[in-house]
Amino acid sequence: MLKLMRYLRHYKKEAVLSPLFKLLEASFELLVPLVMAAIIDTGIGTGNRGYIYSRGALLVIMGIVGLCSAVTAQYFASKAAAGFGTELRNDLFRHIMGLSRTETDSIGQSTLVTRMTNDSNQIQNGVNMFFRLVLRSPFIVFGAMVMAYMIDGREGLLFSVVIAVLFVIVFFIMRKSVALYRGVQKKLDGLLRSTSENLEGVRVIRAFRREKAETASYRNAAEDLSEEQILVGKISALMNPLTYIVINLALVAVLQTGAVHVNTGRLTQGEVVALVNYISQILVELLKLAYLIILLSKASACAKRISEIFAVTNSMADGTADASAAEPSVEFKDVGFSYPGAPEESLSSISFKAQPGETVGIIGGTGAGKTTLANLIVRFYDTGRGEILVGGRNIREYTLESLRKTVGIVEQSARLFSGTVRDNLRWGDRSAGDAALMKAAGTAQASEVISGKENALDSGVEQLGRNFSGGQKQRLSIARTLVRRPHILILDDSSSALDFATDAALRRAIRTDCAGSTVFIISQRVTTIKNADHIIVLDDGKMAGYGPHAELVKDCPIYREICLSQLSEKEAAGI
Amino acid sequence: MMKNIKTKHSADKKTLSRIFGLMKPYTPLLILSLFLAVVVVVSTLFIPVLSGRAVDDIVGKGRVDFISLRKILLQMCAVIVTTAVSQWFMTVVTNHVAYKIVKDMRISAFEKIQRLPLRYIDSHSSGDIVSRIITDVDQFSEGLLMGFSQLFTGVLTILITLVFMFRLNPFITLIVIFLTPLSLLVSAFIAKKSYVHFRHQSEARGAMTSIVQEMTEGMSCVQTFNMQDPVCSKFNKADGELQTASFKAVFYSSVANPATRFFNALVYAGVGVFGSVSALSGGISVGQLAAFLGYASQYTKPFNDISGVVTELQNSIACAQRLFDLIDEEEIVPEHPDVTDLSGVQGKVSLKDVAFSYVRSRPLIENLNLDVQPGQRIAIVGPTGCGKTTLINLLMRFYDVNEGTVSVDDHDIRTVTRSSLRASYGMVLQDTWLKYGTVKENIAMGKPDATDEEILYAAKESYADGFIKRLPRGYDTVIGEDGDSLSAGQRQLLCITRVMLAVPPMLILDEATSSIDTRTEICIQQAFDKLMEGRTSFVVAHRLSTIRNADRILVMKDGHIIESGRHEELLASGGFYAGLYNSQFETA
Repeated sequence: MLKLMRYLRHYKKEAVLSPLFKLLEASFELLVPLVMAAIIDTGIGTGNRGYIYSRGALLVIMGIVGLCSAVTAQYFASKAAAGFGTELRNDLFRHIMGLSRTETDSIGQSTLVTRMTNDSNQIQNGVNMFFRLVLRSPFIVFGAMVMAYMIDGREGLLFSVVIAVLFVIVFFIMRKSVALYRGVQKKLDGLLRSTSENLEGVRVIRAFRREKAETASYRNAAEDLSEEQILVGKISALMNPLTYIVINLALVAVLQTGAVHVNTGRLTQGEVVALVNYISQILVELLKLAYLIILLSKASACAKRISEIFAVTNSMADGTADASAAEPSVEFKDVGFSYPGAPEESLSSISFKAQPGETVGIIGGTGAGKTTLANLIVRFYDTGRGEILVGGRNIREYTLESLRKTVGIVEQSARLFSGTVRDNLRWGDRSAGDAALMKAAGTAQASEVISGKENALDSGVEQLGRNFSGGQKQRLSIARTLVRRPHILILDDSSSALDFATDAALRRAIRTDCAGSTVFIISQRVTTIKNADHIIVLDDGKMAGYGPHAELVKDCPIYREICLSQLSEKEAAGI
Repeated sequence: MMKNIKTKHSADKKTLSRIFGLMKPYTPLLILSLFLAVVVVVSTLFIPVLSGRAVDDIVGKGRVDFISLRKILLQMCAVIVTTAVSQWFMTVVTNHVAYKIVKDMRISAFEKIQRLPLRYIDSHSSGDIVSRIITDVDQFSEGLLMGFSQLFTGVLTILITLVFMFRLNPFITLIVIFLTPLSLLVSAFIAKKSYVHFRHQSEARGAMTSIVQEMTEGMSCVQTFNMQDPVCSKFNKADGELQTASFKAVFYSSVANPATRFFNALVYAGVGVFGSVSALSGGISVGQLAAFLGYASQYTKPFNDISGVVTELQNSIACAQRLFDLIDEEEIVPEHPDVTDLSGVQGKVSLKDVAFSYVRSRPLIENLNLDVQPGQRIAIVGPTGCGKTTLINLLMRFYDVNEGTVSVDDHDIRTVTRSSLRASYGMVLQDTWLKYGTVKENIAMGKPDATDEEILYAAKESYADGFIKRLPRGYDTVIGEDGDSLSAGQRQLLCITRVMLAVPPMLILDEATSSIDTRTEICIQQAFDKLMEGRTSFVVAHRLSTIRNADRILVMKDGHIIESGRHEELLASGGFYAGLYNSQFETA
């Protein structure tokens, strides 16, 4: 929790002033019983009406000043807390965006969302209440104790004991609640994921008539959560009654000991009344303090969860060289790789060299390692063994930013974002003008997707690109990558949703418009890759063949098999 | 553009009565809670009476009545214990009610999701909907809790305190009552202002959640395009709006407490001054004055609490309203009153004069007519966006046709239950979607009571067994959200296994094998062929190898079927299809 306090650095003024103004307000409140005692002892005691009225006016003035201080304090507190929340979230978001796949794979997406929204909210609330109560409540509690001492040393001692006992009770209950609360947040995570799933997978769920089953399991999870919340509630509910008992027994004690002292003349009746007043002040503020502590314990649990995310750092070290100056040759030297936690290697002993301007096809069975290979070139993961060289240098030497500018990858699942078509295409190059965008769209065979929509480039794209068909999404995402004119282009099964005519036109356009770029085409279709300069045949993570189509048909049995499954003998050999 | 649900602008009576409706099942517990509240308040208020009497026994040096004092102090102890126990019980009971109500709300909302039309889900941000069900409901429950515990006791305290005070000294009580309206006016004003800002805050939060969801899902894209900075800027902007809304909401609502404390101070001063003056002329004793001061604090404390509670309640009602907005959304067309179950499906499917469009102004499918005999294999090809996936949406009744009818075995699909209709189809979609759970659970989605052998068999038939065995825990491996840890091809194999297990009378395959290499596809194809024997199947694919063996090929363009026939016929006729097929051999 303390570690996160750095997000208040821009609000130091507010963070300091707010509690101070609260302190001011609280000081006046502490003086009130003393003024009252004076009214009783002097005013009533000496029958001085004027004294009573003047002291009464004093009380009103103190009230007004108190109000102004409090409002000022609240203003600063709200400002600081809101600002804190925003800076925390901004930083957390940026941090998450900077993590590599290795880290995010293991954390899980819905918990990231919960932590960014729900948890940060709790912390913000905690910070707000902290400012409002941190100086007020403890101050009043200890102030009351000090006042008691001033009235009579022994009563002061009584007050000290009472406060100590109260703290012990509060501390233990708080600790227990924090631990239990973490369990509650975790269950909430689960509910969030369930809710999300049922929206995103709605077609599958309805197709398999799983609505009832999903509802039943959700019901169980929700019941589970409420049971846990009730349990935690039972324990934190002990706080008020227990403190109440302690405080009021203290009141009894004050009356008893006070009686004895008044009898011996040590104390006056008015002073006993003041002591009684202070006891009830303590009660009110202690309950608020307890509430604050509960809130802080919740916030603390959430802060832990967020700190966990901050503690996870990107395991990949960035390089320093600029990749855009490198010539677009790609070489794999005995590369081996396995996904974190996987027992077997997904790629073993891959070696090849693609010359600048070459087109390289990659073909192979499911799980053969094609996408893995692409992921390594763009450095989503680092190789386990061997080296990958671009322009003759190990890709780890380049800055990730320049590497990803130079190597453009169109992933298998085309992903668009909510916004306009123009916004999406500009992801490729933020400074690109409409002409550049339309040119890239032309090459990607996406021109008519754009012109087919009423607002052309200004057309809206819904979340996940839902208002576009699969093929349209693919073409737009290809256009997006082409906008940045990458020197090395990787198309990972990017034409799977396109018909043959469009696929052929796409390859033709890329050949013409991206001449000079090294192009990797990953596909299942022989027709897509057979005109490549070289073809890499992957089988179970290993290279089963490397060469042009004509050679492979003769020398590589796996490749031959694939060809024959898609084309007739004549077609395979003839072209 | 992504729509957000329309929002109402003030908490109105209807929302309140709905909230009361939610509380209705828990009436006995609420009554218990109310009863306990009375016990707590009365016993709490008795303390000042007793301590006042005690003070009266402590007059001065040598004038203390210890015997009477002892009696009073013992009474106080008894009252204290009673109060504490009742207090604990009351909190537990109100907790119970609040959390259960929240649970009820979440379950209703979830059930509602199952009844929302696809049209709605496709066009609304899921982050906003999720935010309502998770965060808004949470806020609502916190407000409700505070409301119950503090509002009940607060109002009771005020009423009973007034009674006590009146019995002590009517005149001073009148002064107290005179000052009360001030406090109420202030509270009402603050509450109104806060409500608006709390709504803004909820909305801003919903918008922010949407961005977070989208960007965490699409993180690899963000990294590929080095979009971290712009994406963070976009987020910062949304967060900034949240900051402003938050600040205003919290500030306005937090002014309530100091305002009522000021009111307290006025009351205290008033009681102190007039009480002392009255004591001078013997109107009340010092002990009674002390008691009165005690009551004054007791009396004003709930106003503090209530104003705080009222603003929290405003926030809660705002959040509840957001949930109700979701629950009020239009549902799927209810089942026809005389609906029957489709059974013994032969597989005859016909579409008559069907017209459909997602957006009224942009017609997609027009005058579609199709007659499929049982057991036929129909392949659908065409350029992207021509209406293939839409056709499937209509067959499965994910969307209803605008005009015309779709029939299965001569039954209009609107006259049979959706459940039985969908059970007749095995569907493998372009978008592979898997649930968070084990491989086994995912495969068994269509047949939850399947035995392990059946699952194994289906997996072997679909060639998924090979890679499943190599996963860390085999069939019990938990697949990450959205099937993250598997490749697209592996996900598709699992989706196919799902259908293989369920063995439905008809099949819909949409781009089913596009992410699988053709070697594996051939084996699957053979298995599918076995499956498809005698079963009506609709195959949407781009691979001509898949289509070659179809009984009929439908060539679609712009929502119409422009050609239909067998592969050889269409090639020979030299039309659109022929052009599509021949293009795969162009040099490129």
